[in-house]
Amino acid sequence: MTALRAWLQDPSPTSRRQARLGQLWLAWLRIRRNRLAMAGLIIVAILLLVAALAPWIAPHDPFVQNLANRLRPPGTPGYILGTDDFGRDILSRIIYGARITLYIIALVAVTAPVLGLLVGTVAGYFGGWIDAVLMRLTDIFLAFPRLILALALVAVLGPGIENAVLAIALTAWPPYARVARAETLTIRGSDYISAVKLQGAGAPRIILGHVVPMCLPSVIIRVTLDMAGVILIAAGLGFLGLGVQPPQPEWGLMISSGRKFLFEQWWVATMPGLAIFMVSLGFNLLGDGLRDVLDPKSAPK
Amino acid sequence: MTLLDVQNLRVTFDTETGPVQAVRGVSFSLGRERLGIVGESGSGKTMTGRAVLRLIRPPGRIEADRMVFDGQDLMQASERDMRALRGKRIGMVMQDPKYSLNPVMTVGDQLTEGLRRRDGLGRRDAEAKAIAALTAVHIRDPARVMEAYPHELSGGMGQRVMIAMMLIPEPDLLIADEPTSALDVTVQAEVLSILDGLVRERGMGLIFISHDLRLVARFCDRVLVMYKGKVVEELLAKNLLDAQHPYTRGLLNCLPRIGGPRGPLPALDRSGAWAQ
Amino acid sequence: MSLIEIDHLSVTFRSKGREVHAVEDVSFSVEQGESFGLVGESGSGKSTILRAICGLAPVTAGTIRIDGASLPAPRGPDFATRVQMVFQDPYASLHPRHTIDRTLSEPLAIHGISGSDARVVKALEDVGLPAAFRFRYPHQLSGGQRQRVAIARALMLEPTILLLDEPTSALDASVQAEVLNLLDRLRAARGLTFLMVSHDLAVIDHMCDRILVMQNGRAVEQMPREALAEARMTTPYARSLFDASADRMLGGPARP
Repeated sequence: MTALRAWLQDPSPTSRRQARLGQLWLAWLRIRRNRLAMAGLIIVAILLLVAALAPWIAPHDPFVQNLANRLRPPGTPGYILGTDDFGRDILSRIIYGARITLYIIALVAVTAPVLGLLVGTVAGYFGGWIDAVLMRLTDIFLAFPRLILALALVAVLGPGIENAVLAIALTAWPPYARVARAETLTIRGSDYISAVKLQGAGAPRIILGHVVPMCLPSVIIRVTLDMAGVILIAAGLGFLGLGVQPPQPEWGLMISSGRKFLFEQWWVATMPGLAIFMVSLGFNLLGDGLRDVLDPKSAPK
Repeated sequence: MTLLDVQNLRVTFDTETGPVQAVRGVSFSLGRERLGIVGESGSGKTMTGRAVLRLIRPPGRIEADRMVFDGQDLMQASERDMRALRGKRIGMVMQDPKYSLNPVMTVGDQLTEGLRRRDGLGRRDAEAKAIAALTAVHIRDPARVMEAYPHELSGGMGQRVMIAMMLIPEPDLLIADEPTSALDVTVQAEVLSILDGLVRERGMGLIFISHDLRLVARFCDRVLVMYKGKVVEELLAKNLLDAQHPYTRGLLNCLPRIGGPRGPLPALDRSGAWAQ
Repeated sequence: MSLIEIDHLSVTFRSKGREVHAVEDVSFSVEQGESFGLVGESGSGKSTILRAICGLAPVTAGTIRIDGASLPAPRGPDFATRVQMVFQDPYASLHPRHTIDRTLSEPLAIHGISGSDARVVKALEDVGLPAAFRFRYPHQLSGGQRQRVAIARALMLEPTILLLDEPTSALDASVQAEVLNLLDRLRAARGLTFLMVSHDLAVIDHMCDRILVMQNGRAVEQMPREALAEARMTTPYARSLFDASADRMLGGPARP
């Protein structure tokens, strides 16, 4: 263990692999010093674990109805968080719902930022009419409120989890494109870009190898900050019946179905709401911490 | 008469890896004369200048056995007292006017702001004073410059405005931190001679901080040579060519000279005991 | 035939509807193996000429020829193996998120040259940097060390022409001496041709065989090194530049 640590912290690594792992180790050390970021990381890690181990840790089947056990309050033996209007265990449904939430987040996180980053860096790097076309396209998407646009897309594509994800991704990329373009504009005139141009590099190499790494920190931070929003929009679509379909245990859908009993049986809507709140908070805290870690200026001398 | 007396000044930064001393026991005293502080980057020369005005932010700490300006103990002075001193009695000119002037205010507004706020002058009086100050730094068309925004000025012009701004309250001591290194050589000479004339006329004390040994030698009465936070040599500017210390000699020798020999330039030898 | 021939070169930028003549009707030529200096104050267009050669500034009139052939419009990979540039500010010319290793191996990757491991180590050695610096990031290096990396990068493709844009003006005097010595040594060892830009006459005089003085985008006076040393300039501007030069201040005319 100590040998490994010494190898990772070696100030003059001997191979490219060692250097890269050493950098990751340093980033890990920096994030570990940041308490809030660690709290966020732990929440996200718990979400991952819960989603992965759902069949083993859920006390009940999330789909089996038991009308004799309808609307039991939290603390009922065997039903820690109570039951919903079909007598299903809310805790089990939240645990299984973590899988759906994670699925949505993962799909959105790999599509929207990548698309936004590409559009933004290409527009910013080339400028001229390419910039004008791409940015006006971005403006069109930005002109509509996100939820409305997602609603319209789902209405066209039909309800369902994949379509909900697609709709969210299509509405989420414009801010990334804006951020990436703004960064690219400041980067493209810099000497290090001129230098690599002079070495004969083509536009794809410059954009992917030199411009994107500089835009990445701000985009990654936006992604983690947006994750909370993504969960909420997915929940919103589920709430409106356009996302995940019943009886799937999606958190937004659960809130929606609990709405009818909000005043008498508050826990049906509140428990999934708390889950959304916790996960959003986790991603926000992690995003804040990542900003500190990824900022090149904060790196130790 | 001593205007500023500094004994054993230390500036320490507390970092994660332990305290780092940027200035390690600097002592000097200054009358109404021109004192040059020379050194390379990281020598602590800028920190010395800022420490006199107590402009070091945490995690930096200033310590000194004695730091007295015109009978007033700067180490004991409250932040309020220091604010009254800064600008009014001790002025400071920074390296790059681009970063020292407010980009969204006209030069005229920036020049008159202090006069109107601090001294309670009327608009007309303040403007007259500002124009006089601009004239004093040899700006030919002061009325036009008053209306201009900083980005509309050239580097030399901007630096002259900075100097004018510092001179309006008629300070007793001016600290100039690399006031001309962002300027072209011909403009540099002009700005320096303006500064020089003002210092002589008004009998101010001047601390001139620069990396350029030759410039300081030509311009100052006395020179402190700093290395790694310490004064390694103090000498009269006219005796600079007879400097004894190996660092000063090394700095002088490593500069190329017009018509000088073509061989490799003598590199600065940092192996001596003084460099540790 | 000269290696670099610049013939009636003009560069005009458009900004906010106004035309800015950065370079106007400048001609000069640089011989194979020669070191040629462009000297002038800011705004004189000296750096713009270097950028125009590299295709980073728009040529509005005139021609640039290298080895008798005019240059293709996007400069292309062939140009990169013959001409390289060292930039003024070593703090801005290295990619902040790439290790030194990545920066130095990039040109090899672009041109599909193999054996980058050994070449990077050799390049560091050639510019006097320890191999331990290989996986560091630019912010872990001092200004002088960064400029050495920038020089090493420019030499990775073994060009014959090196364009030097104020390579030492951001450095301390003692570091400047080391970098100038390094450049001199590399030029002698590899038979490089230098085209160097500086505002400092003493640096240009030390490094260059012939000098072109520029002002406001125009060529003012061209002279060999000997003429500068003996103060045989014919134009008033060149003389004023000479008089204001910092190294004249020591033991020069009386203090003001």
